[in-house]
Amino acid sequence: MSKAKNIFGLLAEKPWEKGQIESDNKHEGQTLSLSKYKVGLRTIMAVSIVLFSLFIVAYSDRMLVSDWKNMPEPWLLWLNTGILILSSIVFYLTENYSKKDLYERTKNGLYFIGFLAYAFLIGQLIVWYQLMSTGYYATTNVANAFFYLFTTLHGLHLIGGIYFWGKTTAKFLKKNNDKKDINHQIEICGTYWHFLLAVWIVLFGLMLSS
Amino acid sequence: MPITVAIVFLLITVGSVVFHFWSPWWWTEVASNWGGMDDTIILTFWITGFVFVVICLFVSYCVWKFAYKKERRAEYKPEDKKLEARLTWITTLGVAALLAPGLVVWNSYVTVPENAYKVEVFAYQWGWKYRLPGNDGILGKTDIRYINDENPFGLILEDPNGKDDRLVDGDELHLLLDRPVKFELRTIDVLHNFYVPQFRGKMDMVPGIITYYWITPTRTGDFEVLCAEYCGSGHYAMRGRVIVDKEQDYKKWEAKQITFEKMLAKNKNNNNLQLAKSSK
Amino acid sequence: MSDEYEHKIEAKSDYVSDASSVSTPDIDAVPESELPDQDLYHSHSWWTTYVFSQDAKYIGIQYALTAIGTGLLGLVLSWIMRIQLAFPGLGWLEPAAYYQFVTMHGMIMVIYLLTALFLGGFGNLLIPLMCGSRDMAFPYVNMLSYWAFVVAVLVLLASFFVPGGPTGAGWTLYPPQAITAGTPGSDMGIILMLISLILFVAGFTMGGLNYIITVLQLRARGMTLMRLPLTIWGIFTATVLAMLAFPALLVGCLMMTLDSLIGTSFFMPAMVSLGEKLSYDGGSPILFQHLFWFFGHPEVYIVALPAFGIVSDLLSVHARKTIFGYRMMVWAIVGIGALSFFVWAHHMYVSGMNPWFGFFFATTTLIIAVPTAIKVYNWILTLWKGNIQLSLPMLFSLAFIVTFLNGGLTGLFLGNVTVDVPLSDTYFVVAHFHMVMGIAPILVVFGAIYHWYPLITGRMMDETLGKIHFWITFVGSYAIYFPMHYQGFVGVPRRYFEIYDSPYIETSTLLLNQFITIAALIVGAAQLVFLYNLITSVRLGKKAEKNPWKANSLEWQTPQMPPEHGNWGKETPKVYRWAYDFSVPGAKEDYIPQNQPPSEIIGAKVEKT
Repeated sequence: MSKAKNIFGLLAEKPWEKGQIESDNKHEGQTLSLSKYKVGLRTIMAVSIVLFSLFIVAYSDRMLVSDWKNMPEPWLLWLNTGILILSSIVFYLTENYSKKDLYERTKNGLYFIGFLAYAFLIGQLIVWYQLMSTGYYATTNVANAFFYLFTTLHGLHLIGGIYFWGKTTAKFLKKNNDKKDINHQIEICGTYWHFLLAVWIVLFGLMLSS
Repeated sequence: MPITVAIVFLLITVGSVVFHFWSPWWWTEVASNWGGMDDTIILTFWITGFVFVVICLFVSYCVWKFAYKKERRAEYKPEDKKLEARLTWITTLGVAALLAPGLVVWNSYVTVPENAYKVEVFAYQWGWKYRLPGNDGILGKTDIRYINDENPFGLILEDPNGKDDRLVDGDELHLLLDRPVKFELRTIDVLHNFYVPQFRGKMDMVPGIITYYWITPTRTGDFEVLCAEYCGSGHYAMRGRVIVDKEQDYKKWEAKQITFEKMLAKNKNNNNLQLAKSSK
Repeated sequence: MSDEYEHKIEAKSDYVSDASSVSTPDIDAVPESELPDQDLYHSHSWWTTYVFSQDAKYIGIQYALTAIGTGLLGLVLSWIMRIQLAFPGLGWLEPAAYYQFVTMHGMIMVIYLLTALFLGGFGNLLIPLMCGSRDMAFPYVNMLSYWAFVVAVLVLLASFFVPGGPTGAGWTLYPPQAITAGTPGSDMGIILMLISLILFVAGFTMGGLNYIITVLQLRARGMTLMRLPLTIWGIFTATVLAMLAFPALLVGCLMMTLDSLIGTSFFMPAMVSLGEKLSYDGGSPILFQHLFWFFGHPEVYIVALPAFGIVSDLLSVHARKTIFGYRMMVWAIVGIGALSFFVWAHHMYVSGMNPWFGFFFATTTLIIAVPTAIKVYNWILTLWKGNIQLSLPMLFSLAFIVTFLNGGLTGLFLGNVTVDVPLSDTYFVVAHFHMVMGIAPILVVFGAIYHWYPLITGRMMDETLGKIHFWITFVGSYAIYFPMHYQGFVGVPRRYFEIYDSPYIETSTLLLNQFITIAALIVGAAQLVFLYNLITSVRLGKKAEKNPWKANSLEWQTPQMPPEHGNWGKETPKVYRWAYDFSVPGAKEDYIPQNQPPSEIIGAKVEKT
């Protein structure tokens, strides 16, 4: 009943006509056959994508001005990117473990993800420290400022992710929980992790290519 | 009651039309070639005014005619595709009729004639200065880093085109009647906007880039310059004057403006004098 | 378009049927929902009931009262400004204070009053009730949204008390002037403003998440999207716009905060400020303007679309007539929403951006006039052959049509790039946007408050006081803003602290200024009548009967009025029709509520034309 319909077909409905009334009366009152948490996550991701896209537009526009000086790319950034990719892979595996009901593996997976997330954040802070100690401050050139801004925003998104990872893990450990519920929550958290990886790769690629 | 409401709505409509035609507040007489802008406004007035009156009259009529009666029933009519399509087309046509002449005028506004005389308008918080190109007709290049007390316009000293530029002392600019002029707009601090109501033209000045627009003065006179982009506490006081002259008067005024070269020389003397004084 | 159809129900004499006993199963039967009922949060203490409430209705009222309170401050600021403009001789304002008041007035009215009131206030109150849900999707997040808004307001107000005072950069906050020394409040004031906006955006995103998901996923059985009242369509589309547009404001605010606090050069070019060379270099002020208006133009529709939706419902209910062209109305709302992201640079025709953009943006801007015009046509066609009750909501809706029409038509002047050149940055612009997004939406707000007040309090507001309030507000505000356009023609620039010594401005223009100020003071004072009515009617108002306006939409069909926690008692409603079955031919009553089972309707026979 509530399958996503062609949006134009939907907008062409004539709600006052008999045939339409009959089919409408059977409607579930739900437009997308997704849980509200999944729709919520998608909405947040959409807003996030707009936010980062606008930053990218601003970056590309500002880059054209002659005072732009590219920043060196510390090798540590590659390591951090690797950590993020690894955490995404582990999350993917953990989602599968939890679906298959492998308690121990899921638990270890969740712990490892948390460890990697913190490792990534600490890694980013070390990159900051390295850059600043070699004189690349945000005020030195706007390219540096964009770098600090992007990493901060991405980091804040990840901290939000860690908060939900914490809640999910805590819920998971309380054994008597609804299995379906937990799977669902791990899945959502995982989607967010993959999303953050994608955002980072786009941002990192952007900064590399310029 | 319904009749009173209908009458008040009617009065507001009629009052608006009366006010439009008989109130004393209207634009100042145009003093540039942009009479086309006024014409577009008049055209827009006729079209939008017609729509305004028709719709308001329709509302007043409905309020009176279809006032609530307990025994009456409203018509049941969810939609009328034909009517809606018709209205859509009429509106589209009306909008196109407004847009087309507007775009034509805009095209000439952004296309500067090649023979236009270039004048630099220089804005700062909160006042105006001007620079004329000198005999070579070219304005010398500038850079904000070159600005100092001796070089208030920040002319690049190495650029030979700047040597003969005439720097206008004071915030009064003279323009020659009937000669197209391109204002090259420059600001050294915040946004400003060079606006003379009688010329109709307008453009923001943005630090870091040079913006422009052009006009041809079509009548002599003494006009006030206003800043039309909010620029801080002194915004309202950022006024200047533009005077449109016939050739003779214009030449006289132009000759009085000193060139950059002369000014540098004069400043050097002053400096030397001061050095001499202070060493005593 | 001439196919006819009939309802299955024939007239059954005068026999008034009773819900369950006579219902014939084949008409009323709706399969049981496969979806579980919503979990509800139940408050346990005074704090969680009245302060940190998670009930959307209550949050809506909290939002509305906070917004109106902030708006009153904006109103008082406008009085002070108007007095300065009309009587500069009194000399009771410094230029800096004037510009600070201009800025705070603008920002408060657009963001903290209108956006918060329409989406936070009416959105929270009406979405769950009109969709037939028990509450919002995430009540806890919804509560956080309100409190983030409160903190944003407090930070904004705090800026009045910091050294240098609030920012005086104009509500558009253009750099470089927003953060350089020549502008009042350019150090602490602007920072607090930016922080407040960032908080507002964060809070709004939490609320918006709720509005979108509740409308999409948590409607009652039988409530398809095309059965929703236009109010919900308006609020929903505006929320989607806001979710996509506010990030642009956030980006602009974040980057400007950094420019100001640590000295980056995102927007700040090399400049000599008041004789002093600053360390900025290379930044692009126009980039900020693009970001700002990429948010700012949709913002206009974030305010306008809920007003469009609400006024459509008020007109339909009080004219006892089906809204004319419902589908066209929905398309127009969605179309305007989509187009609003392609017109932003019409605020920047004379900003110094590439002038060739003017062609594109003038065209898109005038295209957006078409769906907007269709909405106006459909409103007035709803009146045609209606049965118009001149109740307060109807009066305000009629006034909205005239005001919005006027403001919309002057938009055609400003959108048409050539006409914009002489008129931009003059009082014509001020008059235009006050008419179209100040007065017009506020008239809808008033209409909506008079309309839904009984739903919130169970009592009616006083009719006589309401009429006094209506006539002064409508005629008065028209008298303020209609003549103001002509000041713009004369060429009086906006944001001028005083203009009296200009040679081209005749003294009569100054007389007009005084007239406008006096009208503004009177209109402002009339709002006290409204406030008095609003407050005293809680206790003294006439008790409202259930569904006092005989409306169809679900919010009036709750078992109790005012609705209780969870809205619907034991069972959420089942919806059998759209919200606009007014004056259905043959039906005994001139309205059929959305949740009335077909078997209960007497003699409905619908003919479609």
